[in-house]
Amino acid sequence: MPMKNVFASRRGIVAVGAVIGILAPVLQKLGNPGNMGICVACMERDMAGALGLHRAEVVQYMRPEIIGFVLGSLIAAYLFKEFRPRLGSAPIVRFILGVFAMIGALVFLGCPWRAMLRLAGGDGNAIFGLLGLAFGTWVGTLFLKNGYTLGRTQPTYTSAGWILPLTMLGFLVLLFVFPQIPGEPKSGVLFYSVKGPGAMHAPVALSLAVGLLVGFLAQRSRFCTMGALRDLILFRQTHLFSGFVSLIVFAFLTNLILGQFKAGFAGQPVAHTQHFWNFAGMALAGLAFALAGGCPGRQLFLAGEGDGDAAVFVFGMIVGAAFSHNFGLASSPQGIGPHGIAGLVVGFAVCLFIGLTMRKKTA
Amino acid sequence: MATTVDARGFSCPQPVLMTLEAIKKGSPQDLIVLVDTDTSKENVMRAAQSQGYTVQEVAPEGEGYRIQLVKG
Repeated sequence: MPMKNVFASRRGIVAVGAVIGILAPVLQKLGNPGNMGICVACMERDMAGALGLHRAEVVQYMRPEIIGFVLGSLIAAYLFKEFRPRLGSAPIVRFILGVFAMIGALVFLGCPWRAMLRLAGGDGNAIFGLLGLAFGTWVGTLFLKNGYTLGRTQPTYTSAGWILPLTMLGFLVLLFVFPQIPGEPKSGVLFYSVKGPGAMHAPVALSLAVGLLVGFLAQRSRFCTMGALRDLILFRQTHLFSGFVSLIVFAFLTNLILGQFKAGFAGQPVAHTQHFWNFAGMALAGLAFALAGGCPGRQLFLAGEGDGDAAVFVFGMIVGAAFSHNFGLASSPQGIGPHGIAGLVVGFAVCLFIGLTMRKKTA
Repeated sequence: MATTVDARGFSCPQPVLMTLEAIKKGSPQDLIVLVDTDTSKENVMRAAQSQGYTVQEVAPEGEGYRIQLVKG
């Protein structure tokens, strides 16, 4: 009988939500942008910028938190003998879902994690984002109920499960070999923002340490933001949802203590006030996450425990960030981008196509 | 003869959906669910217990687990 996993208990998931809820605002205090202590979408977008996949000068930085998420999960998976290299569940579909998840998230300006942190920081616009997330997830559950599936994975080589963790290690090496030079937009092959959100970050070692810890805890507890809503809608199950609520409550309290809570709609950090588009952006992201089986954080943790399809989704998100900024799909504090609406329309069409056509009657 | 649900290779929430469907369809006395990840194992056990099933045994099998459930 395998040993009991304490993190999979109700207390465990609440504790993990609390730890993340405390650490994220602390990262903001230490330098990360407002309400962006942890934002998987924003941080992957910054990584795409650091690699030069897009040239939006204000959002370029190789975020160590993301690297830590994957490697922390990898360490936990190995320690607890849960590393299971697997892949082959419609990877190309997962890549495309990753692309549009990112496009949707960048219309809202944040992933579900940041939506919660924005709410906990007093940003009222996040309410529309979270409603959108719930709506998108709900649409996803309709497909699931009607037999939507991307099919089975197959066990694979251990080394295949290592591909994303090794890529992240490579990014970490680049960060150490080409460290930021104050005031310089480039160091070796890496781009660095000299102003804007990309220029705001906690010290590298701290970001990495928090990333590793969160990655470790999230792998153990299966923490998932979209899954929290999905399980609530689909099964009336509150397990993951209790972690979701815990994160918001503890982030709110930490913000109060650190003097970072500021209630309102206008003038919130890295946010715009176009309610409908905040809703629609997150609805697209939520739908894409639901169809792919996990929020962007969860995809990183799954990739860390050997899921090659989750790794493909991650690359899809990074490439999606490049599309978003190269094609003017991403929003800014001034509002949605010139082609943001077109991006959403195409994204919904693609997700509906995937959800409607990839169905199997369960025998 | 126990009903067997082979959820190996499926990621969440499908193993849970498949288990619940098997329960809804025949409400079998004995139900065996095969899964290949620890997450699926935990989720299936949690869902089955909420439907009034007891976990009789969880045994490693191949790349994953064989979960034996009994009604009541």
